[in-house]
Amino acid sequence: MTPTRKRRLIAVSLILIAIGIAAALTVLALSRNMSYLFSPSEVLAGKAPDGSSFRLGGVVLEHSIRRAPGSLTVDFVVTDRIHEMPVQYTGVLPDLFREGQSIIATGSMQGNHFTAREVLAKHDETYMPKEVADAIAKAKAVEAAKHAQPLH
Amino acid sequence: MNSFVLFFHKLGSPPYFYRFAGKWLPWLYAIALVAAAIGFYGALFTAPADYQQGDSFRIMYVHVPCAWMGLFAYLFMAANGFIALVWRIKLSETLAMASAPIGAAFTFITLVTGSLWGKPTWGTWWTWDARLTSELVLLFLYFGVIGLYHAIEDRRQAARAAAFLALIGIVNLPIVHYSVIWWNTLHQGQTVNLIGPSKIAPSMLWPLLTLAFATHVYFFASVFARTRVALLELESGKDWVRALLPATQASHD
Repeated sequence: MTPTRKRRLIAVSLILIAIGIAAALTVLALSRNMSYLFSPSEVLAGKAPDGSSFRLGGVVLEHSIRRAPGSLTVDFVVTDRIHEMPVQYTGVLPDLFREGQSIIATGSMQGNHFTAREVLAKHDETYMPKEVADAIAKAKAVEAAKHAQPLH
Repeated sequence: MNSFVLFFHKLGSPPYFYRFAGKWLPWLYAIALVAAAIGFYGALFTAPADYQQGDSFRIMYVHVPCAWMGLFAYLFMAANGFIALVWRIKLSETLAMASAPIGAAFTFITLVTGSLWGKPTWGTWWTWDARLTSELVLLFLYFGVIGLYHAIEDRRQAARAAAFLALIGIVNLPIVHYSVIWWNTLHQGQTVNLIGPSKIAPSMLWPLLTLAFATHVYFFASVFARTRVALLELESGKDWVRALLPATQASHD
């Protein structure tokens, strides 16, 4: 390698390392401050901004969805399995909105319930045919029944 | 010097690359077309509907291969940019600049298909979560590289300046890839893993991998075609380019 090329190689490598370190520090700083959403427990602990808009994240509690007849208003409860938060929303819900689904609601607190402007459904990284999902659910139910029996 | 190193040294010469790429081009296009046809048949007809998302998950077969290509093209561009900056190899400059618009196109398709997928499943076209934002930054980096390349008069200086920008932007690649792990995002986590089991049924996975293969082959076909044209322009005064012209036209010069 000629001296010029060696010098260029060192210069370019040093710049790359410097930028890499700068980026890593930025990412570290951001991951401490960046909060995309608050859980019901955090909201009840007073960590969410008061009066202004924020995102509430959690799972739609089973058997909690109540639709007001003749309107698009829906009442449901969001839970993080520790604390619960009643939510009211008027509008069209995404396809994936259902009981037991992770959702992210944007809105603000109105008294002791959360009024959502927008409800987004989160989906996980698992993809499988419906038959497989049903088979897994059935196997789990059988397994659970087996474990439940010795108690009787 | 062994034959492999010798091959790379020869490949660096524009006339040799021009002939080499010309020979491979029809094959690459044919392989990409056949693989894409098989992949799309699998994606649209044999893959079963998803247990949660139903048929709308099928947009993944365009979204995911394009997203991978957006990152792959950037890596290819930055690697060639690095070689161009250190060793001043003309072919590397040309390859880097040829891959920028292709990578930008793949990234643009990723953002558009992601948006179309996001509306029915999440309930929104766009949200400022870490994955979506870093992917948008990737598109702007491509635009920056293309813009800088065309803003400078001298082609070789322009290529080196743009290659430098491409190299700086490489810090965004791990951010795009790990954003779903580092931050709490609306975007899903990683489904397909190189190491360890993937979280997708095999009947749904093979069309995805086939289409990923097709887009990679198409990328190289497209880079080769663009580089051939760029080399002709860059070397237009050289003897090997004159020799390509029909005899009648060459005699008029």
